[in-house]
This record gives sequence, C-alpha cells and structure tokens, in this order.
Amino acid sequence: MNWQWFHRLGSPKWFYEKTSPWMPWLTVIGVGALLVGSIWGLAFAPADFKQGNSYRIIYLHVPVSFLALAGYYIMAISGAIGLIWKMKLADMVMKSAAPIGAVLTFLALVTGAIWGKPTWGTWWVWDARITSMMVLLFLYLGVMALQEAYQHQETANKASAILALVGTVNIPIIYKSVDWWYTLHQPATLKLTSESTIHSSMLYPLLLMIVGLYVFYAVALLQRTRTEVLKREKKTKWVKALAQQV
Amino acid sequence: MVFDMQFQFESLTDFFYMAGHGPYVWSCYLLGLICLTYLLVSPLIARKSFLADLNKRLKIEAYEKQQRN
Repeated sequence: MNWQWFHRLGSPKWFYEKTSPWMPWLTVIGVGALLVGSIWGLAFAPADFKQGNSYRIIYLHVPVSFLALAGYYIMAISGAIGLIWKMKLADMVMKSAAPIGAVLTFLALVTGAIWGKPTWGTWWVWDARITSMMVLLFLYLGVMALQEAYQHQETANKASAILALVGTVNIPIIYKSVDWWYTLHQPATLKLTSESTIHSSMLYPLLLMIVGLYVFYAVALLQRTRTEVLKREKKTKWVKALAQQV
Repeated sequence: MVFDMQFQFESLTDFFYMAGHGPYVWSCYLLGLICLTYLLVSPLIARKSFLADLNKRLKIEAYEKQQRN
C-alpha cells in the first residue's frame, strides 16, 4: 500500500501550503450558513407551542454542544496519532483543538443556563447532563494547562494526549446522561435511528446551523493549526521566507 | 409547507421583545457572536503578529551580520 499521502500529511509545510487556498471558501460557506440559519431560526421558524420563543436558543445551543463533543474526539484522536506515530502535525491539531473546544463548551453551558431560566425556572441544576458537560470544560482546560506546563514540547504533548484519551470516557456519559438519570434536561431532539421529535419547519434551520458550525469548526481548527505550524517551524527556510514577505 | 417562509412577528419591536423571551434569546446570540468571532479572528491576529516579529528579528540578524563583516 502506498503510504506517501500519510507521510505528506505529516509534513507541516505541505499542510500549510495545501490548506491556504481553502480558507476563504470555507470561511464564506461556514459564516454564510450560520448567518442564514440564525435569521431563519430567529425570525422565520414558528414559535414552540410549549416554550414560546425561548426555544429559539436551540439553534445556537444544540450545534454548539454537538461541536463541543465532536471536537473532543478530534482532539483525543489526534493526540493518539501523535503518541503512536510521533506525527508533529497531529500534536499541533490536538493543541489547537483544546481552546476551541473550551470556548464551545463554555458557550453551550451558558446558553443552556440562559435557556433554563425561562423554561425550568432556574439557571443551574447539578444534574447529570449539565455536570458532565462541565467536566468536559475542565478536560479541555486541563489539556490547555498541560500544554503550558512543560519546558519540552514533546513531554507536554505526551501528557496532554494521555489526559485527552482518558477523558474520552466522559463523552458517552454526556450522550447517555439524559437517558440514564432523572434530569431536567430534555431528551435528544435529533435522532439517527428514529424520527426526530421536531417539525420540519423547525428542523431545517437547525440542520443548517449544525452544518454551518461544522464548517466553522473546521475553519477555526485549520486557522489555529496553521498559526501553530508557523510558530513551531520558525527556524525553517520556508517560514523565514514567508515572514520576509510581510 | 416548509419553505413557506413567513416573518413570525407583528413588528420589529415585537421581534426584539419576543413576548418576554427577548432578553434570554438575544443575550445568547450576542454571546455566541462574540465567542465565534474570537475563535475566527484570534489565530489570524496571532499569526500576523508572529510573522511581523519574525520579520523584525530576521532584519536585525541580517544587520548584525553585516556589521561584523
């Protein structure tokens, strides 16, 4: 089997140069989908018969929570690739995924709290879904802290990859928490295996927001990784040449 | 029909008020806007300042090398 592509992918220079032309397109697609989806969800989707207009927070809360979880897999898997194959680029992806995940998890928690007030009558409860989501925030912050805690980048990468991998235990707990424990949090709206509990007039803007946020996540992760590539390769000729063009 | 798009509010004031839920909904979206803008812009600013710093350092190094010769 030809593994050349795999080795190329590990080359930071190749990665930087290949991704450059994608960035404007991905940014326009991601931001565009999020703008259209938000306006659709805020102004044109019908109000919920039980929750009224407060449910419109779903168009932000659910996609952000999805990506907070999916981003954790991305961070843990690239950490594992970095550990096993010593691929530099994978370590950079892991490092870049941590702050993005932390911001998204924070946003999911805060929008959830704001939605909780008019719906449940409280900002916060210590129930399974919300508490496990908070653990996710601390895992992201832990990886960020470990990246800064060591003198040697390699030791930092190893330590954060191990923390990221151990933390994956938390992800199925978050998914299943609404089924396993008694909770105020409503069960999943979107299901792969059975019909979703949402009308299509409300569903389409939600799907658009989810797709938009996936693309947006890709943009944010690529941009952060690209910056990290330059910083770690600052002694190479190609980065120096790039700096001289500034 | 799904694509029978209709503005769901009587007026713009009504849209911002959202029958009392306005402050909750709008504060979420404002915070979302701030967070996503940060995620998009912060790596670009970091890259720009890094490249500018490196450029400056390379110039100083080149100058020092010239002085020594």
